Amino acid sequence: MVQQPAVRASLPWVPAEDETQPEIRWRVTWQMFCANKGAVFGLLLLSVIILMGLLGPLVYPGDPFAIVAQPFLKPGGEAALGTDYIGRDILIGIVHGARPTMAIALSATLITAMVGLTVGALAGFFGGKVDSFLMGVTEFFQVLPSLIFAMVVVAVFTPSLSTVIVAIGVTSWTGIARLTRAEFLKLREREFVMGARAVGANDRTIIIKVILPNALPPLIIAITLQIGLCILLEAALSFLGLSDPDVLTWGMMIGQSRDFFFQAWWTVSFPGFVILLTVLSIALIGDGLNDAYNPKLRGR
Amino acid sequence: MPKYLLRRVVYGAALMFCVIVLNFFLIHAAPGDAVGAMVAESGGADPAVVAQLRASYGIDQPLHVQLFKYLGKMATGDFGQSFHYDAPVFGVIMQRLPSTLLLTISAMLIAVIVGTALGVIAALRPQGWRNHFVTLISLAGYATPVFWLGMMVLIVFADLFPLFPAYGLTSVPPPENAWAFAVDMAHHLALPVFTLSILFLASYSRISRASMLDVLGSDYIRTARAKGLLESVVVLKHALRNAALPIVTLAGLQLGHAFSGAVLVEVVFSLPGIGPLLYDSIIRHDYPIMLGILFGAAFTVVTANILTDLVYRILDPRIRLHEK
Repeated sequence: MVQQPAVRASLPWVPAEDETQPEIRWRVTWQMFCANKGAVFGLLLLSVIILMGLLGPLVYPGDPFAIVAQPFLKPGGEAALGTDYIGRDILIGIVHGARPTMAIALSATLITAMVGLTVGALAGFFGGKVDSFLMGVTEFFQVLPSLIFAMVVVAVFTPSLSTVIVAIGVTSWTGIARLTRAEFLKLREREFVMGARAVGANDRTIIIKVILPNALPPLIIAITLQIGLCILLEAALSFLGLSDPDVLTWGMMIGQSRDFFFQAWWTVSFPGFVILLTVLSIALIGDGLNDAYNPKLRGR
Repeated sequence: MPKYLLRRVVYGAALMFCVIVLNFFLIHAAPGDAVGAMVAESGGADPAVVAQLRASYGIDQPLHVQLFKYLGKMATGDFGQSFHYDAPVFGVIMQRLPSTLLLTISAMLIAVIVGTALGVIAALRPQGWRNHFVTLISLAGYATPVFWLGMMVLIVFADLFPLFPAYGLTSVPPPENAWAFAVDMAHHLALPVFTLSILFLASYSRISRASMLDVLGSDYIRTARAKGLLESVVVLKHALRNAALPIVTLAGLQLGHAFSGAVLVEVVFSLPGIGPLLYDSIIRHDYPIMLGILFGAAFTVVTANILTDLVYRILDPRIRLHEK
């Protein structure tokens, strides 16, 4: 394995297996990341999309729900990307939809990360009965198809911003939990963990300060990719009309124009293309991080 | 083997029991109760009638009594009554199931075959353009919202070039001749199956590529080549057979994911399957149907996991030896 345990200055009992300073390792990782053309492209693309979400509403103000022109205007005329079936501007929608779409995906990812890390860390660290129980719970959640489960949860608790976020979070944490467990299983027998134990560190310190920092690299990659999956799941839910009716997201724009896409291809094509670009940029970044952390696996 | 199988089945049954309990609590978490939803559906009713209905459904009893009754009903295969169709949930779902299974299984078969082929091609020339092409396809497959892909496919192949029908499973009325009927259905299913298979193609090509790269570097492949075997025999007989294991696992694990994709594809292509049924019952607050679909999906995934395990044991005798 290439991931080296980090040097923990605050924890004197952690032996320095890797003598390199953390700053230098980060620089090396960054250099390897930059050597990957796809990853750099992904990072640039994502920066543009994030900038659009942050600055766009200032540059291109307006209410995305407002009717501003004739319905079904073709792109390139009065409205740059055309208008939908009641005359709302598609470009305003895309620009203003960026923030809510990203915020929902990030909040849901935060839930998946917290639940997944906790369950996986406890299962992998304690093993035995705790492990069997927590893995049983994980398997239970894996058996339920995430979109169908999320649809039912949102429908039962009425669609709103918080129900959508919780539904996505609750239905998609299992992958991160399994990965965290595997990393903890691998690391808990290592010398630096035994060293910490010998010095008298309690379980809590060992889990949070000794093992977790060393397990982080693959987990960060998984969490990055999870953001993309959350964007797709949110898009699917709001496409089906299962989202907060007062919050405009890209998926909702597609869902609302669903009955008219033969008449007006632009009403669904552009918002969907932006979703594709966003998730693609996240996937490229995830791939780049993976290559940078596991140079041996490069090209796999 | 039978002892192992028994253990898996018991474990699967325990998981399904948990799904039923989850369903029960979901019903009770819903604002209002089943009777409220029914009354709303029929446009209001007299309070006395509502109270009588509540008693007849047992909703006025304590929660744990209701849970036991619910479990007893589920055990006898009674999944409840749909509010909208006023028919048993089991029958309504079964009516829609064949269409969904046909779509999902066809898409998965195509994805497994094409994905494995792409993965093998990429693994044979890890430095060439083919490898980049496969990486590109798997990234695009991961990043594309499947419902949007369905719409784009429809715009191009049903509207711009009207080669395929835009909705439905068959023509109306369907052709009477069996052969013509099959051709008609294949014609209708071509675009949905294509759309859904792209969703899985990505992961199959990726995993079969990684698995083939692994196997092709092993000693027995060198031995096979040293014996002077044809390259095609080495690749197809020696390497692919061993590389197939992770592909089988993935196929089993992806079934839940496949259902989620099928729901969206069916809604986009207006196919008479589980997807539109779920969508409609959500709009109508028809909770028994929603929960029945969630149960059915979980049941299928559990069954598929057990079957995957069995196939894996047939393909890899080492696992059987380990247990002795």
